[in-house]
Amino acid sequence: MRCIPYIAFNTFREAVRDRVLYNLIIFAVLLAASGLLFGEISIGVERIVLINLGMTAISLFGTVIAIFIGIGLVSKEIEKRTLYTVLSRPVRRWEFIVGKFCGLVGTLLVNAFFMTLGFFAALFYLARGFQRTDAWVLVAIWFIVLQFIIVTALALLFSSFSTPLESAIFSFVLFVVGSFGDDLRQFAATVHGAAHVAATLAAYVMPDFAALNVILQVAHGQPVNPTLALYNTAYALLYASAAIAGAVLIFERRNLK
Amino acid sequence: MFAIETFALEKWYRAGFWRRSLRCALRPLTLTVEEGEIFGYLGPNGAGKTTTLKLLMGLVFPSAGSARIFGRFLDDPVTKSQIGFLPEQPYFYDYLTATELLNYYAQLSAVPPRERSRRVEAVLARVGLAKVGHLQLRKFSKGMLQRVGIAQAIVHEPRAVFLDEPMSGLDPIGRREVRDLIQSLKDQGKTIFFSTHILSDAEALCDRVAVLHEGELRGVGVVAELAARMSGKMEVLWEGAAAVPALRALGAEIHATGETVRGVLPEVVLDAALETLRRAAARLISVTPVRITLEDYFVERLGQQPPADLSASSGLHCDLAPPPPAAGR
Repeated sequence: MRCIPYIAFNTFREAVRDRVLYNLIIFAVLLAASGLLFGEISIGVERIVLINLGMTAISLFGTVIAIFIGIGLVSKEIEKRTLYTVLSRPVRRWEFIVGKFCGLVGTLLVNAFFMTLGFFAALFYLARGFQRTDAWVLVAIWFIVLQFIIVTALALLFSSFSTPLESAIFSFVLFVVGSFGDDLRQFAATVHGAAHVAATLAAYVMPDFAALNVILQVAHGQPVNPTLALYNTAYALLYASAAIAGAVLIFERRNLK
Repeated sequence: MFAIETFALEKWYRAGFWRRSLRCALRPLTLTVEEGEIFGYLGPNGAGKTTTLKLLMGLVFPSAGSARIFGRFLDDPVTKSQIGFLPEQPYFYDYLTATELLNYYAQLSAVPPRERSRRVEAVLARVGLAKVGHLQLRKFSKGMLQRVGIAQAIVHEPRAVFLDEPMSGLDPIGRREVRDLIQSLKDQGKTIFFSTHILSDAEALCDRVAVLHEGELRGVGVVAELAARMSGKMEVLWEGAAAVPALRALGAEIHATGETVRGVLPEVVLDAALETLRRAAARLISVTPVRITLEDYFVERLGQQPPADLSASSGLHCDLAPPPPAAGR
């Protein structure tokens, strides 16, 4: 446990110094520009369009960062042999994995925080003020953060046994499939026999990103059920923990050739 | 207590597309290293030196056998706080400055917070990088990175330091500095285990050396004993080419450079050779016994196959430790 904060901070520092967070500036500029644009061309629905666009952009930006940094968290350390001087110290392999995970999640939290600030600035500019229903946007952002946590854990899991390219493909496929989790469940309900078992199993094993997506709902000012927030939080933390446990199990047995 | 003990330590890798064939990286290795000695681990490329070091560092797991460092098995958490490791051609987080990197490693090695800054500054000064501690490592030359590598291996003041090819890629001055640094670590009572294929470095530094070839230990020798061994040959240096044919007839190997001639001949014909030179009125410069060098020993060991026969043939011993205790990493 002792080494986790040090490894996490170093992972965060690497992301900052590799200019990963520079995407925030691009995001803020784009969002501000889109706010101006929508103010000009939309009548009546500009708020809905901006919330939809802004939330989707935060989600996609963060997911891309989570995948592309996450897939290199372990494999890059092995490839560059920086791991040798870390694991030859009193550092447990599981501490390394958990530290890396916490570092990237921290990076994504900071990322999401600044993107949210940019988003609210654009919303304020467009609407000349906030409404009470805008508070639900924060719940949608919390769900997006939960999505980042799951994606990061999956990328780290794949990174612990495959090449960066394979890890990127696996993570992206799971993200896409998980985003259509509702369709997968509906499909499972319509088929029978082995296909039903396979589809049901896949629906449970795949991350349910669909349940974490309430963007459309909050864009229309509808509230989010607090039970859903609680359920989603527990689900994301459990799913990420299982993926991290898998990464640790694999990495504990791996020869660093 | 030995600093390092290996008991039939062995490593095999699965190879091939279906991973059905086995490739041996290290045959059963039984070896002991005394506390406070500089131990050279010699062998050509691919001999198994790095595999041994990775096994000892817990980076790869043994297929069979076990090892202990200061009496503790490798999976004992205390073990790793007592060792420092410099990998071959090290690469570090190049977005960090040298000071940040050493501070990070000191944190991981559980150096108390109050002591960290002092130790980092001291170790930077020791490897000659005090003035560039604030620079990011991506701006460092290869020689400077090697020094950073040594600094990170000793920042937590370990009892034993493992160095994988520490002189690799260094210029003569850099090699000299690393040699001096290794010697100073020994003077502090630390155990140094380093792999190299640069024999002059091993000869200058090591108390004992082991020769490894194709994953197999071919012998362990005490360098001082080795240097004392005579080859049974004499080197004679003189001026004047007239005596050359007569000395060749006595079995001398002749190398002439201008008027100066160097002959290496069997000790038993030395008197006859000197008499020949006197008669030819050659000016004698020197007569020196030819000693066995580490290179001779190294080449001799590589040519030998069964390690058990080594002690009889060379006068040097194959260092066989006691039988392994209970298995463990």
